[in-house]
Amino acid sequence: MSINGKPKFAMYWAASCGGCEIAVLNTHEKILDIDTNFEVVFWPIAMDAKYNDVKAMEDKSILLTLFNGGIRNTENEEVANLLRRKSQILVAFGSCASEGCIPGLANLSSLSDIFNASYQSASTVNPDNVAPKTSVSVPEGEIHIPAMFPALRPLDQVVSVDYYMPGCPPESHQISRVIDLVIKVISKEADLPPIGSVIGAGESTVCDECPRHRDVKTIKQFVRVQDIDKINADLCLLEQGIPCNGPASRSGCGALCPKSGAQCIGCYGPAEGVLDFGARMITALASVIESNEPSEIERILEGIPDPVGQFYRFNLANSLLRTGTAAWRNNASLKE
Amino acid sequence: MTNFTTSNGNKERIGVYVCHCGSNIAGTVNVEEVAAWVRTELEGLGVLISRDYKFMCSSLGQELIQNDIKELGLTRIVVGACSPHLHEQTFRTACRRAELNPYLCELVSIREQISWVHTDKDQATEKSKAVIAGGVYRVVHHQPLEPLHVPIHPATLVVGGGIAGIQAALELADAGYPVYIVEREPSIGGHMAQFDKTFPTLDCAACILTPKMVSVGSHPNITLLTWSEVRQVEGYVGNFTVTIQKKARYVNDEFCTGCAICQEKCPKKVIDEIYEAGLGYRKAIYTPFPQAVPKYPVIDRQNCIYFQKGTCKACEKFCPTNAIDFTQEDELVTVNVGNIILATGYDLFDARRVSQYGYGRLANVFTSLEFERLSNAAGPTNGDIVLRDGVTVPKTVGIVHCVGSRDRNFNNYCSVICCMQGLKFAHIVHERTGATVYNFYIDMRTAYKAYDEFYQRVLEEGTLFVRGKVAEITDAARLPGEEGKLIIQVEDTLAGKQRRIPVDMVILSSGLEPRSDAKDLAKLFGISCSADGWLIEKHPKLDPVATMTEGIFIAGSVQGPKDIPTSVAQGAAAAARVLGRIQQGEIAIEPILASVDAEKCSGCRICNGLCPYNAIVFHDDRNVTEINPALCQGCGTCIAACPAGAISGTGFSDTQILAQIDGLLLLNAE
Repeated sequence: MSINGKPKFAMYWAASCGGCEIAVLNTHEKILDIDTNFEVVFWPIAMDAKYNDVKAMEDKSILLTLFNGGIRNTENEEVANLLRRKSQILVAFGSCASEGCIPGLANLSSLSDIFNASYQSASTVNPDNVAPKTSVSVPEGEIHIPAMFPALRPLDQVVSVDYYMPGCPPESHQISRVIDLVIKVISKEADLPPIGSVIGAGESTVCDECPRHRDVKTIKQFVRVQDIDKINADLCLLEQGIPCNGPASRSGCGALCPKSGAQCIGCYGPAEGVLDFGARMITALASVIESNEPSEIERILEGIPDPVGQFYRFNLANSLLRTGTAAWRNNASLKE
Repeated sequence: MTNFTTSNGNKERIGVYVCHCGSNIAGTVNVEEVAAWVRTELEGLGVLISRDYKFMCSSLGQELIQNDIKELGLTRIVVGACSPHLHEQTFRTACRRAELNPYLCELVSIREQISWVHTDKDQATEKSKAVIAGGVYRVVHHQPLEPLHVPIHPATLVVGGGIAGIQAALELADAGYPVYIVEREPSIGGHMAQFDKTFPTLDCAACILTPKMVSVGSHPNITLLTWSEVRQVEGYVGNFTVTIQKKARYVNDEFCTGCAICQEKCPKKVIDEIYEAGLGYRKAIYTPFPQAVPKYPVIDRQNCIYFQKGTCKACEKFCPTNAIDFTQEDELVTVNVGNIILATGYDLFDARRVSQYGYGRLANVFTSLEFERLSNAAGPTNGDIVLRDGVTVPKTVGIVHCVGSRDRNFNNYCSVICCMQGLKFAHIVHERTGATVYNFYIDMRTAYKAYDEFYQRVLEEGTLFVRGKVAEITDAARLPGEEGKLIIQVEDTLAGKQRRIPVDMVILSSGLEPRSDAKDLAKLFGISCSADGWLIEKHPKLDPVATMTEGIFIAGSVQGPKDIPTSVAQGAAAAARVLGRIQQGEIAIEPILASVDAEKCSGCRICNGLCPYNAIVFHDDRNVTEINPALCQGCGTCIAACPAGAISGTGFSDTQILAQIDGLLLLNAE
């Protein structure tokens, strides 16, 4: 407890886009509840703070830390360890911290390829051939900047995590629900769910929240939404050939995308108990492809030009493979 | 996110038993070392005891396990031995005797998958440790299960009306249970009905077969569906639903008396490629032979003048009972049966494929089936052995064994019956024509009762035997005395020289092949066939008429080349197996089933069309899928397909499989 008697709250961003932070702010007046009920001790996007201030805190003195972003470099890892030590409840907040998300797709490339693309490729104007270094000598002495790991890891591959909150980003109404829950727990009106639970999401899949009618699942071809003249407004998108990830994605968003005629891309992660989102979705779709002719099956599958992007957009870093071979070959420094 | 490590809160008490299987396993795997390794390395998982024993499946081995369960209070058993196909039931039963739920036992194969396929003892030993560790990790997550009991429908379907099918059907019907026989030809009888004599006793085939056919036709417990084919099979052991297509006969069997006037009056002659092997004619309305069962003919639509040209109807005009009905259509009938016996037989090897033997090109080269018809008293020549011209009696006859068999260009296997068939032909030719007979053989295979005695008899009759594979049969004469003859070019391996033997007639003792559509049959009934196409029995020695699919049995040469006595024995054996089932009244079904967690199911319907057993139902009102446990066979198709992970399979949960993988990789973990 802090001096004013309020429990302490922290939020941090590691390798992420910042959307999770916006989603928290997007809870509108609910943000005031955070301020009313918590003392915010560390939240880089919202207030000034130094790592040393956190280091100086007593262990377990922060009640709740929402950690978003994956672990991409030594700084991310250091802060993850630090906040784990200082926090009673550490939440992997959002898709990046839970399962790697879009930054995790970089696990298909080696670090040198990533640096080449960023600093050397034709799209980059870099006449002095500047490239990142982990240390540089200046007159004042040696300066260190964080080193990139060969692959991105979700938070729980680095430190133990108490709860997971999926979504890219988590929907604001779900964040509000979680804040309400924690406040109730503080006032002893509710209990925390079991450690390791997914919070702020449903327990079924997006199809459960999707109002579209389902009939017979057989796929004769895959099409992209933009290539169809008119989408049937009532029929399941998958049954129209649109590769919708709804059947494998955790519910909680309210099926926003399919309701608006866009396929679910799976940002709420796998359903409860599913180990590998992409593998699930691949076996599911493969099961309903309507052909026994190898060449015809091949043709149907060509309708998915980017299988990793389709099936592992959010989950690659948390899949059974976790990385592509490029990062895998160079994974010596990933050992815990 | 889910934690799949195997550490379990309340620790199980695990016993591990590693079998030597004599030297089967111990010859390649250091069994003692494996057992000791498990004892020390897996103790932390709850392994209380790890033993090796010479024969775990023996009663002493089983008692060892039972005593440990009782004395040490073991709660999980892992046996490293042979394939679960062989002894899973044995060890499960041992657990049950010791009052441990049998499904808490895991059998790990270190024989079929390790000792029999590896030669390096060190590596085989390491692999054995890995797979047993996998079993230990897995068994922790086993759940106690109870088998389901389902009633057995007392009726049986026999597919194929040859001698094997006939025997099976009669055994079952005589025992008092209903039988359906499906035969695709117009009559039952199969290949045996085409033969004249049967080896080695020279019984007339018709004399011993037709009484059985008549019994089938008149048996109150047998429903005969000839001119019919199975189209669909649904359900599972005890409760199959089979859809059969009854092709239109265009003859109303309620009125037909089998008087055969229609066949006499029909103006259209057709070469009979099936029953007469192309040597004789039948009519467009026909029964394959006078003793056909049933006696009702069929109209062959492709050759019927009325169906092709719109006029004729001679049969209808002359039929005394108005039994002809040109308006008949194919009909689908559905029958419910508890068990199925497949006895669909074989196809004769097509001798045209051995082009150097000239069949189809040289008139007087005959196949074995052609010779059967030629020598049959009811055949096209009334039993006269003559050349293709229909009159000339051959003076010299060559009989070639192993045509299409024991030949890597065609079939590697021995067709079993051809040697005895060749000897039978030699005897018949000798007896009826007095001709000089040569038999060309690779090895003379006359195993089984009274077969070799028959060989001695044919030898004594003066038949000449040349040991060697015939290279060529030609009509190109090179030497004096060869003009107008067929010349058999052969290496006489006993005399050690090449010979050219001129003959008037050649009989090719063709081998047996699986039916051309055997693979479709296997698929239709959900069983396996070998690469050759013969259906695969459950165990080649100990379970020769069962298959890996419960409730489906095989009999006769559908399983592999066979002579008549063996086919009959198999037909009876299959019937005995089925009777055992029927008399039990119900059958215990493995409780390995899929089930849907309704909370997790979002009704996406991905799984709905996938179930091969039609066990999946979709509830539109609740938007939820459900699996009927009585229909589910636990095949796992829907489990793999469910994108939400809402379907799980008992005995094969993700937790169990992933734990097993963890165990397998234990030795590789740093």
